[in-house]
Amino acid sequence: MTASLTLLILMAVLFGAGITIMLERSLTRVLIGFLLVGNSVNILIYLMSGMPGLAPILGEGVDPDEISDPLPQAFILTAIVINLGITSFMLALIYRSWWLAQLGDEGDSVDDTEDLLEDAEEAADLKRSSAEDDRAIQEVLDASDEEAPR
Amino acid sequence: MTPEALVPLVVLLPLIGAAVNLILGHHRRAQVAVSATVLTAVAVVATTLLMIVDEADRGISVAVGAWEAPWGIVLVVDRLSAIMVVISAVVLLGVLIYAVGQGLADQDRETPVSIFHPTYLILSAGVFNAFIAGDLFNLYVGFEILLAASYVLLTLGGTGERIRAGVTYIIVSLISSLFFLSAIALIYGATGTANIAQLSVRLAELPEQTQLMLHLLLLLAFGIKAAVFPLSFWLPDSYPTAPAPITAVFAGLLTKVGVYAIIRTETVIFADSDVSTLLLVVGGLTMIVGILGALTQADIKRLLSYTLVSHIGYMIFGIGVGTELGLAATIYYVVHHITVQTALFLTTGLIERFGSSTSITRLAGLLKASPLLAILFFIPALNLGGIPPFSGFLGKVGLFVAGAEGAPENVGGPAWLTWAVIAAGAITSLITLYALTRFWNMAFWRGRDELEGYDSVLLQSVQEFPDASGATTLTATRRTPVLMVVATTALVVVTILLTVFAGPIFDLAGRAAINLEPAMYVSVVFPEGVS
Repeated sequence: MTASLTLLILMAVLFGAGITIMLERSLTRVLIGFLLVGNSVNILIYLMSGMPGLAPILGEGVDPDEISDPLPQAFILTAIVINLGITSFMLALIYRSWWLAQLGDEGDSVDDTEDLLEDAEEAADLKRSSAEDDRAIQEVLDASDEEAPR
Repeated sequence: MTPEALVPLVVLLPLIGAAVNLILGHHRRAQVAVSATVLTAVAVVATTLLMIVDEADRGISVAVGAWEAPWGIVLVVDRLSAIMVVISAVVLLGVLIYAVGQGLADQDRETPVSIFHPTYLILSAGVFNAFIAGDLFNLYVGFEILLAASYVLLTLGGTGERIRAGVTYIIVSLISSLFFLSAIALIYGATGTANIAQLSVRLAELPEQTQLMLHLLLLLAFGIKAAVFPLSFWLPDSYPTAPAPITAVFAGLLTKVGVYAIIRTETVIFADSDVSTLLLVVGGLTMIVGILGALTQADIKRLLSYTLVSHIGYMIFGIGVGTELGLAATIYYVVHHITVQTALFLTTGLIERFGSSTSITRLAGLLKASPLLAILFFIPALNLGGIPPFSGFLGKVGLFVAGAEGAPENVGGPAWLTWAVIAAGAITSLITLYALTRFWNMAFWRGRDELEGYDSVLLQSVQEFPDASGATTLTATRRTPVLMVVATTALVVVTILLTVFAGPIFDLAGRAAINLEPAMYVSVVFPEGVS
């Protein structure tokens, strides 16, 4: 079996970098490390499929020995999808732990009623001011109407 | 309908159920009905499969999507798979009923039911898929399904404590998954297949060192999942913080999926590469280190988590011995341990409700307050401690006999090592009994009035749970919902049934162990042979 040296080096670098970052305490860095290592494992799977060949579609005049091995590619696709799901969950978890770190356990009981009231007042102000604007415009219009016949 | 058509149902039903549950959203009753129906159906299907497989004396293999093995994914049900699916479905159903009881009583403050039911069914699908996977990569997918669901269940509600515990659990699981995936990649590179039956043939042709390296890498991944010493550090930190039913199902099932994968690795995948001496050493250490951890815990949930780790050691010991009797005893022990550990965690949930605490230093007088609860704790506790005539005793005796029979011929390792591990097993069993009866003495036997200023040698070495900052006196006992008690009682009854019908079940486990022969497994997937 032959393999591409470039990909091999890339895999090694990603592995090393990923593990180094994973050892940090910050959860976000752990996630980034996980992503790097996850991708390097994907490259490892790809390397294991042997030399690249034609697209793995069997048809007339296609020699089965010349196409690349489709199975590892299916593995990689599955692994990517799983990593995506795990990443989104980790992001939610990181956000949640940040939220708890900022506000503590009281974070959940922070009432947003005050915010809502403020918003409502602002909205009322806007409505009032826009109503006043409308009236003013109407007066100007009326005034111009009265002036027009002359 | 052919038996082949039944096999995919085991995974399909829970997945469809999960989808229906998501659609049903806030209709709680409908969700409960769907989940219960699905799990019952899986239990029935799996029992049917077990009967068919046992009758025919050969496994069933299904090529999913009519892609023939070794290219497509195959699902394989032999006796071991069927036994595992049956017992998991029963336990999952029991815990579901318990969780519903708790949810109804708590008005779902702790467990948002709209998330709980779909996730729970997906967890079940992952567990079942891992048990019937005939392909290493499909096994990986099964693991990922159950792990992703377990992440959600463990951090349910998102309190600070659960997030902290969840982060440890998730990162450890992620790393073990990366190991597993790398192992699959390297194995594929070496053999050009991920089909377990074909691997069994092709891996044996590899040079011995290559086999050993791939073998150890795969064992490392499974060892983390099965919580084998020294890879078990994460378990006692993460399991106890989840809600009681979730801890129960994790403790009962998730580690056993790892054990199941190790059984398959040792018997079928790497039948030719022998690491049984390592397994014996690791099994013995897991028993001793785990149970010593349990001794110092004041909190019953943490105590039980340590006994869980420690008793994984028995199964690893059985796999290490590796004789037919050894594997039969391991299978029986796995079934016993799934039910008894789940039952104990469910009882702990009841104790927590009833006594408002799980700490040995703050519980007292439960025997008088609730004799039923006392029985529900006492029977599984004796069972786990290995008191005759319970199934724990029978399983351990089976393992010890298997070890003793193999020892003179140095099966699995040098004779002195096998004897040492048997001794370790006996000691572990006694210490388990000590730890659990100590809890019994304090929480159930001791009078309520003795609680204030109580001093005993039994309590001198226990450590409080770091987060135990609750009230120092007992609050009024709460009523325990009927459903929770019914579910717990049902599981305790199952553990007793395992004892009563120990003969037939042990025979079945024996036949399952014979089925584990690599040639047998290969002939199920490839009747015409494979190279």
